[in-house]
Amino acid sequence: MSVCAGGFGGNIGHDPHLLYTLSAIQVLALFDKIEVLDIEKVSNYIAGLQNEDGSFSGDMWGEVDTRFSYIAICSLALLHQLDKINVEKAVKYILSCQNLDGGFGCTPGAESHAGQIFCCVGALAITGSLHHVDEDLLGWWLCERQVKSGGLNGRPEKLPDVCYSWWVLSSLIMIDRVHWIDKEKLVKFILDCQDKENGGISDRPDDAVDVFHTYFGVAGLSLLEYPGLKAIDPAYALPVDVINRIFLGN
Amino acid sequence: MHGIYRKTPSQDEQEASALKAIELRDLQSQFLHLHHNKIYTKEALETSAKLLEVNPEHYTGWNYRKLAVQHFLNHQSETEADSESIQSVLNEELKVVENALKKNFKSYGAWYHRKWVLSKGHSSTDNELRLLVKFQKLDSRNFNAWNYRRFITMLKKISDEEELQYTTDMIYDNFSNYSAWHNRSVLLSHLFEKRGERQSHKESVLEEEFEFVRNALFTDPDDQSGWFYHLWLLDQTVKLEPFLLSSWPPHGSSRSVDYLDGRNLFPSMHSLSKDRMFPLVLYFSEPVEGVNSSTVTIECEYYANEDVIWRPLSANKFGFSQVWFTYLNLPDEVHSLKDCHVKVFVAQFPDIVSSSGFSCSQTSHIVFSLCVPSHDREHAEGQTVPRFSWKDKEFYSHATQSHDASLLRSLHQLKIAEESKSKAASDWSMKIISNEIAHCRELLSSTNCKIGKLTLARLLMAQNKLISYGIPNDGIEVHYEEILGLYHDLMKLDPVHICCYEDESSLVLLKQVTSSMESILRYCYQYGDSTSPRMYPCLCLRLNGLSLSQIGSVERLLWIQMLDLSHNKIRSIEGLEALQLLSCLNLSNNKICSFTALEPLRSLKSLKVLNISYNEIGAHAVNTRRYLCSSPMTHTVENDWNFKEFTNSGVKLTNHWDVFFIFRDLNLIQLDIMGNAVVNDQLKSFLFKLMPSLKWLDGENRN
Repeated sequence: MSVCAGGFGGNIGHDPHLLYTLSAIQVLALFDKIEVLDIEKVSNYIAGLQNEDGSFSGDMWGEVDTRFSYIAICSLALLHQLDKINVEKAVKYILSCQNLDGGFGCTPGAESHAGQIFCCVGALAITGSLHHVDEDLLGWWLCERQVKSGGLNGRPEKLPDVCYSWWVLSSLIMIDRVHWIDKEKLVKFILDCQDKENGGISDRPDDAVDVFHTYFGVAGLSLLEYPGLKAIDPAYALPVDVINRIFLGN
Repeated sequence: MHGIYRKTPSQDEQEASALKAIELRDLQSQFLHLHHNKIYTKEALETSAKLLEVNPEHYTGWNYRKLAVQHFLNHQSETEADSESIQSVLNEELKVVENALKKNFKSYGAWYHRKWVLSKGHSSTDNELRLLVKFQKLDSRNFNAWNYRRFITMLKKISDEEELQYTTDMIYDNFSNYSAWHNRSVLLSHLFEKRGERQSHKESVLEEEFEFVRNALFTDPDDQSGWFYHLWLLDQTVKLEPFLLSSWPPHGSSRSVDYLDGRNLFPSMHSLSKDRMFPLVLYFSEPVEGVNSSTVTIECEYYANEDVIWRPLSANKFGFSQVWFTYLNLPDEVHSLKDCHVKVFVAQFPDIVSSSGFSCSQTSHIVFSLCVPSHDREHAEGQTVPRFSWKDKEFYSHATQSHDASLLRSLHQLKIAEESKSKAASDWSMKIISNEIAHCRELLSSTNCKIGKLTLARLLMAQNKLISYGIPNDGIEVHYEEILGLYHDLMKLDPVHICCYEDESSLVLLKQVTSSMESILRYCYQYGDSTSPRMYPCLCLRLNGLSLSQIGSVERLLWIQMLDLSHNKIRSIEGLEALQLLSCLNLSNNKICSFTALEPLRSLKSLKVLNISYNEIGAHAVNTRRYLCSSPMTHTVENDWNFKEFTNSGVKLTNHWDVFFIFRDLNLIQLDIMGNAVVNDQLKSFLFKLMPSLKWLDGENRN
């Protein structure tokens, strides 16, 4: 629901925010309907949220987080408008959030977390800057997320959760270290989180299902090459054929 | 849903839930009405407070409250700035945040609103600290709280030293506090940076930290937090000055010019250009930048130093690279009767810098001479190029050819400039590593701890590296077998991560293989009989069947022209780009999953024969090297592909952009790709079109 500012809100009448702007663009990309957007307006909205130090605010209220860096970069890349922002500064800011364990946090000095790592690695991947990442160091931190049950947690000494099958897995794939986890065990963990009676997938076995974890479970299985699923791109979080169409099509 | 058990709701529960939903939607639409009409009365604010209490994720609600505060503050500034009423309005905001946090301790919107309020400068930061201590006692891992703490300490200008003490207290309270250890590493890094060059201070702090973390490791060896911190300490301990490890050509050598177009091996091949280019490669101990014609000077009768352009061979960090190279052109006047002497001076100025900020202060010089062979001008056009075979019978063990002068000449290249080794590293690093090895062994004697074993393996490798840099080590020898044994144990102890240990093991194995001339000799074979008239006898390094999964450092292998890596488990060939003389490469029967994985080959101008048969290209829907490689998706290639010339071969760009990208700059004569799922007739004819020089594809002649 586009507000005059050019951004999208979560629902009709809600304020615009980067989070929902990306979702809107991704949904339209899925249906090959990006042309319904006023691309100039949306890109200007996004680019206008870049700060002096290269970081991005989520909206006019100024919250800064590397999640927003990923969102801005991913959105503009899908719209072929990356040159509207200062990519070098954006990358520099993201790297300032790189930690000594190889991971990334939401702001400089913040603890490494799988969700933030996905955002930062994704943003670096899209801008061709992955060489700044120490693949072995980060790869080891990420593969240690796999616990005995086969599931993945988001940080050391925490419980596994299906959504990390996306955050951790896509990061591992982007840096080519996915072979450092036991894929079969993870597949089993995800499948164990299904509600076989009513459908859907939950964060861990026997919890209530929800759409969020269902998406991440299915996307994770796709990344694990589970038969019958379409391939998904780990950086843009869209099917590979959609990405190929957008970047390789005429 | 986090924390909600799965169960089919009863009829009553469903009805109650539906009622709740209606109430919430009502509340939301009431709120939106107030928001759109910019109504900021007391009642309106209460509505928003109610909404945020039920759903702290309603970000528009937080926006509204900020607007209300701004509205109030603007109104205030028109009359008198009444600090008490401002305080009370802001306190109200803090209360709303607290209620929201009670509902969801991790709500980004709630925490940010609190930060926004505090930024106004009217609220008590002491209160905030007290609140934080309370929060962190309840959940010491909540990163929103830690981030907020960082924000408050910055506002209050609390020193890093004080905060360091706070992390000490938290860690003593509970060793398993990764968040506290993380914060500790951040604070110490700041302190190290501030203190600047006082290395002795840094050394004593690191020693204390090793002791501090040892308590945690010995108390609970299975908790990961301490081990990750230990790894960081280790990294800080071995930070050294970068220096030149090896070069091609090596110092003191006298070489026949090795042409980039592989003329040695294929003298009958028509060269694509009349230029006589040869590569000059510099291999540093770690990625550096600042290599250019000022920091590296070349003295050569036929060459002007200013014309030399140095390039990094693998983009690592901000244009940092371990390997730098340039091509030197010999002008036509240079003919076989004259030797060309070349002197290279590296690091004339301390502007060659590693990514840790250390500069290369040692100057190295490399002196070699080139002679142009007399057959230089003979290339018969149109002669048939024989097919190269990798079969065992074509290779002769060095033992039978030990008198071969060219063989010995090639092996001579393994010597690394002695002067490079001396002052680059420190005795202190060696002392600490040896200590830590001893402590680790002690720990492992009483517990079979996985990360402990991994740490010991890494410590031994770090010690090995320091030894190879020439640091006095009281006669400690490198025991590769012990390190490989540790990895072998780890694969059994922790099978979930078996491929991680395989990868690290491969690096150790390669280091072992290249550790001395004797060990390399064991893998050297001569290709072709010295009586064969067509080809020059050539040395091949055969590393097949060693379970290698990756390549790693090749500083001692820059002389290689032929390399056999078949029948391994190789997925990535990163590192091969440094082998500028490589003409023949066998990667068959490995685990290469995509054409993108071959990107390092694009730097190998001499490559003529490539075997990638029996890999897994096309067998996987997921391409794990796509983002480590240049592509349109990573915005690193121009979209100027002359793809149209090739479209009539029926190949779609969307399916084979990677083939186009990898092979269009290669000038292969021979390629083997059978046994990969992606291979079909269309692809083969595409490849013939893409590489006009290609004569043999899967055994079929172009004609």
